[in-house]
Amino acid sequence: MSDATLETGEEVKRPSRLKGALSTLALLRESPVGMVGAGLVLFWVVVALLAPILPLNDPNEPLMPFQPIISVPQPDGTVLTLGEGAGYPGDVGPNGETLWFGLDHKGRDMLSRVIWGSRTVLFWATFATAVAYAVGMIMGVMAGYFGRWVDEVISFIANVLLSFPVLVLYIVIITNLGPSGTNVVLAVTFASAPQIMRIVRGLALDIKTRDYIAAAQTRGESALYIMFVELLPNAKGPLIVDACLRLGYTTIAIATLGFLGLGLPPPDADWGKIIVESMPSAQFAPHMVVIPAIAISSLVLGFNLMADGLREIAMRD
Amino acid sequence: MLILTLRRLASMVLIMITVSVILFVIFEGDKVNVARKVLGPYAQADQLQIWLEQNGYNRALWVRYFEWAGNFLTGDFGQSIRYRVPVSEVLWPRLANTGILAFFVFLIMIPLSLTLGVLAGMKEGSMRDRTISVVSIITTSIPEFASATFLLVVFVFTLGWLPGTSGFANGFSFVELILPVAVLVIYDFGYVARMTRASMAEVMTSQYIRTAILKGLPYGRVIMRHALRNALIAPFTVIVLQLNWLLSGVIVTEMVFAYKGYGALMLDAALFGDIYVIQACTMVAVAIAVLSQFISDIGYTLLNPRIRFS
Repeated sequence: MSDATLETGEEVKRPSRLKGALSTLALLRESPVGMVGAGLVLFWVVVALLAPILPLNDPNEPLMPFQPIISVPQPDGTVLTLGEGAGYPGDVGPNGETLWFGLDHKGRDMLSRVIWGSRTVLFWATFATAVAYAVGMIMGVMAGYFGRWVDEVISFIANVLLSFPVLVLYIVIITNLGPSGTNVVLAVTFASAPQIMRIVRGLALDIKTRDYIAAAQTRGESALYIMFVELLPNAKGPLIVDACLRLGYTTIAIATLGFLGLGLPPPDADWGKIIVESMPSAQFAPHMVVIPAIAISSLVLGFNLMADGLREIAMRD
Repeated sequence: MLILTLRRLASMVLIMITVSVILFVIFEGDKVNVARKVLGPYAQADQLQIWLEQNGYNRALWVRYFEWAGNFLTGDFGQSIRYRVPVSEVLWPRLANTGILAFFVFLIMIPLSLTLGVLAGMKEGSMRDRTISVVSIITTSIPEFASATFLLVVFVFTLGWLPGTSGFANGFSFVELILPVAVLVIYDFGYVARMTRASMAEVMTSQYIRTAILKGLPYGRVIMRHALRNALIAPFTVIVLQLNWLLSGVIVTEMVFAYKGYGALMLDAALFGDIYVIQACTMVAVAIAVLSQFISDIGYTLLNPRIRFS
């Protein structure tokens, strides 16, 4: 149950909001490119949600030792092949099952690891993006609506954070706080919130001049009400496009941190960590690294195509 | 113009100062932690105290900050905990290596992405435009470590055409540069191409291009002499800002290919806990990023006559 709310992210707060977001997504039907993207994302969301009930091997338990086939080129031009080879994609596992994705270097089921890895990646990417959005939107709407010194202060903080190359900022934060899920979320927030803030600030500056804001001010509504009930909902369109893109960036960021050895602690295998762990064996067993690399690329591609489709539709209107 | 430049310079300096304070406080605010990093996890409390006293860590934080900042300005970044040599001795050669990498990345990425962007933007919505757009979305969606994986499997493990390491063990070699450059170009060209496309597409819908076409100028001339001039202003700023991204991108790329550059140094320092190296690397990265932002702002103003003459 908790998964359902987490995977769909920030859209679940209120039924009316959910309907609004869904109708925006329904617009995607008009863009084939966007449909492909939505399909890819949906595929991974469904896979991640179904992971506990799918008949999968334990992702962290070795099934049997992986036995590589090693090809050694000989001086006379022939290739000498050594080893029996067990645990390659399509081979049969210890319980008679077909190992569609083969085993990893420790003999664990790759199919199961990739599928459970999708849970890790999707959960943390959605969660981190949602937190970054909450912070970035509050910063942005305040900077845009209040202007003057509030804007100066918030914009300066954003400029300082934006002056760090993203991965450098992640490394600085993670080396100080240690690698953990919470700290990854924190790092993503520090890196993304200033960018979200800039977009929201720009939108707020524009929307602030509309008549309905003046009407609300004349009615005597509080600044809080105007910012969150009048202003933000009307900035929804560009923000949904940006959120799709940012989910892609965050996915890359989380997997990259895992790849660099600065990500989520074990046993939660994310796709980046699966690749880096198996890298030494990749020479003889490319499936160990190629499959998770395809997985991450397809998910990010899904987010990016979805964003592109939504933007295209928004431009047309 | 002068006032704008000065304002930009001032904000640049202010940002650098703020970043330096933040870095100093988070890395050296807890002085016992610093001593522990330098002396190792098994140092005893009295040993830590002696080290702190000897190295002046028992003075007030702000005194230490000014000393640190002063040393920094003169290029003294302290002693690397891991390499046991001054940080500057490790940092500058590494940065020069990354400079070589960056040079080749830009050398290939700029013509490639500008050409694709212009070709796509010339006729918005055409088959060519759609193809280029989709291709650039796909390449931008592949994280550096994933494209490095694909390239390794194909060109190193399977075909055996290229070396899988770029450590320059036998001196400088172009062959070893191919894969790291390819990884960085593949990830980045799509973004710049899309920005160029957007800029080009906007110019193509403008009145003066319509006029130029309607008065019968050859299409190629309209593109080359009229459209490109304005269409390439925005990509210029985007390209300069890619320096900031590149400093992130090289961390992964240099790790995979064991390239002895800035990124690998930063990552090793982070994994080892070599705080003085992390500090120096971060400051240099932020300085480059802020400087590229400055150049891109000023360059944009200089290139765009509408701003230049207002």
